Amino acid sequence: MLEKALYGSKRYYGLVALLAVIILIGLAAYLKQLNYGLGVTGLSRDVSWGLYISQFTFMVGVAASAVMVAIPYYLHDYKAFGKVVILGEFLAVSAVIVCILFIFVDLGQPSRVFNVILHPTPSSMMFWDMCVLMGYLLLNIVIGWTVLGAEKKDVPPPSWAKVLAYISIPWAISIHTVTAFLYAGLAGRAYWLSAIMAARFLASAFAAGPALLIILCLILRKYTSFKTSAEAIQSLAKIVCYAMIANVFFFGLEIFTAFYSNIPGHMAPFQYLFAGVDGYNNLVPAMWGFAILAVIGITMLVIPPLRKNEKTLIWALIAVFVAAWLDKGLGLVLGGFVPNPFGRVVEYYPTSTELAIVAGVYALGLLLLTILYKVVVGVRAQTAVEVEH
Amino acid sequence: MNRRDFLKGIAAAGIGGALVFQGLDKFGVEAADMVPTSKRLPAKHWGMVIDVSKFQTEEDFRKVADACHSYHNVPAIDDPKEEVKWIWADDFEHTFAELESKYLSEEIKKMQFPVLCNHCEEPPCVRVCPTQATFKRPDGIVAMDYHRCIGCRFCMASCPYGARSFNFFDPRPYIAQVNPELPTRTKGVVEKCNLCAERIDKGLVPVCVEASGGAIIFGDLDDPQSEVRKALRENFAIRRKVELGTGPNIYYIFGGGGAGA
Amino acid sequence: MYNGGKIIAGLIIFVSLITAPFLLNVGQANETPEISLDTPVINQLSEKQCVESVEFMRSQHPQLLDDWRDQVVREGQTVYISSTGEEYEMSLDNSCLQCHSNQSQFCDACHNYTSVELYCWDCHGGGLAK
Repeated sequence: MLEKALYGSKRYYGLVALLAVIILIGLAAYLKQLNYGLGVTGLSRDVSWGLYISQFTFMVGVAASAVMVAIPYYLHDYKAFGKVVILGEFLAVSAVIVCILFIFVDLGQPSRVFNVILHPTPSSMMFWDMCVLMGYLLLNIVIGWTVLGAEKKDVPPPSWAKVLAYISIPWAISIHTVTAFLYAGLAGRAYWLSAIMAARFLASAFAAGPALLIILCLILRKYTSFKTSAEAIQSLAKIVCYAMIANVFFFGLEIFTAFYSNIPGHMAPFQYLFAGVDGYNNLVPAMWGFAILAVIGITMLVIPPLRKNEKTLIWALIAVFVAAWLDKGLGLVLGGFVPNPFGRVVEYYPTSTELAIVAGVYALGLLLLTILYKVVVGVRAQTAVEVEH
Repeated sequence: MNRRDFLKGIAAAGIGGALVFQGLDKFGVEAADMVPTSKRLPAKHWGMVIDVSKFQTEEDFRKVADACHSYHNVPAIDDPKEEVKWIWADDFEHTFAELESKYLSEEIKKMQFPVLCNHCEEPPCVRVCPTQATFKRPDGIVAMDYHRCIGCRFCMASCPYGARSFNFFDPRPYIAQVNPELPTRTKGVVEKCNLCAERIDKGLVPVCVEASGGAIIFGDLDDPQSEVRKALRENFAIRRKVELGTGPNIYYIFGGGGAGA
Repeated sequence: MYNGGKIIAGLIIFVSLITAPFLLNVGQANETPEISLDTPVINQLSEKQCVESVEFMRSQHPQLLDDWRDQVVREGQTVYISSTGEEYEMSLDNSCLQCHSNQSQFCDACHNYTSVELYCWDCHGGGLAK
């Protein structure tokens, strides 16, 4: 089926070429990092995780969000999602690969990465994260490819594929829970030490992921023969709406606990993120951006005419996606390191090399997504033609 | 047979063969051939009691920090964002940020506290390390295996004391005089104070203890007769962030006799 | 064969390119590396004896160093008793490199020849003149 990705329109080739160029730039930047060390980034002794890990955290959420299409379809026989499930699974595949790549480029000694397998450490959440991410990647590749292949041959998928699909549902929840556990168990980081971390991660994932999926469906509808039904899009939009409400609600709960309890250690990160502390305030615009865009997005999604009109819907979804990214992809990880264990603020700014590597990894994920979606579109188009005959 | 079965057979043979070859290779020298030297300092639970009142001048710190950093090939990097430090000094307000108070005594305000890895009883860094590159020895020291560290920096995120440093680049150019007895580290690994484990294994006390001229008391916290236990019986001591459950083993006292300063 | 001419031509080009390194070096032999034991400490030894025999060291030195490292760093052991009953401190810097202080004519000579890249010197051997 991969041959479907080899031929396409000029626009398709142009996209592939553009992504390839960005990947090469990112690769060159990564070689620079390999050669010199992580000093090429803006990381510091106090903010020891930056964009790489924060983007990993965000993309695990996007990967997990495939479950929001799988549950209605596989568990509850919601036929409207039947045509879209494959897009969710392939989005999950690309997202997980992006996650793995972000972890890899973040390592100080990447050639030793197999030490995690050679010396398994059950007490470490990072070990389990590797296990569940690999498992989820395999699950989605196998399920997606098998089901698509069955569709191409116009036969029902084998029954074991359905079993794997059932397994992938709790597995999807687990990948993001384990990722949340990376943060939620650290006694020394007050911003992260919260029971609601996993719940908040999942809520924001189920808002951002399906939002991205709908946007991708609308793009496919405009430029290819793959036309997602309005019903599927509306159902997904409602999922995004409620998930984002939950996400914002959970964030509000965090703010209540921090400020009603009045504990300085708990309040300080919020103060840094939303007002700045000691003159340090580089994340303030991002966090207020999150707040404003979240409200706009939720409002637009809640009001039925705005949700049903796909022209306004797309802006609502972009608002939700960007809001979730600002919160999780910037505020969460960077805010956890402020203030540092000595009560001081050290700020983090990514460098151009770092941004190039981030862009390269994202471009690789997008390229993979493009190729996988091209295959889906190709198979769908082919089977549609066959049905016509 | 058809092509599918043939491929399945080849795969099975390949995996089976690989497993067989694994078992065939016999390497490794006998562990019985290696012994701890009889000079190793015995202990179940190393700890330190630091008498802050004996650290009056900058020179008092300098000699301790320099002794440690020069012995262990710790690079001298100026940029505080990328520096590597195993032992350094900070004031009360920052060392004990959880004990912040508006009304500190004048004396406490002027005090400087030597800060280092606490070699915790329940170290969060050991719990989160995905490769056990950071591990706890039976004698209580939280040690590091720089060969195994993959540089993921999870330990740095988990340490509540900010005790760990990362090698953002090759540290060699920043080491004035390499001590040939010990290796340096390389870029991409995390490092921290190791309580001079390699010296203890040869019967010597840590370098900072030696250089401090009695200001740092070192001993086995499980031995009621040790110097550290005596110091703790006779002096009021505090530790950093005890409420987090890490069980730090670095105690701070304020003078040889009596409670407080 | 369909397109037979192109296929055969392509095959010939491919095989020649792949076997070019062998064909170009037919009849020649690469010099074995010269390992130098000429160091001040070794020259002073009456009996030129390493920790273990030469055969053992040749085939097992990586495993020995690995085991030493695990025993020193992870188990706190310091002394190795060799098969001849001698005691040695388990340390690359303080034992091996004391005698073999000419790391570039000893270790690197073979390792460069066999293209087995060493990263020991990233951390160890800081006291040696390069």
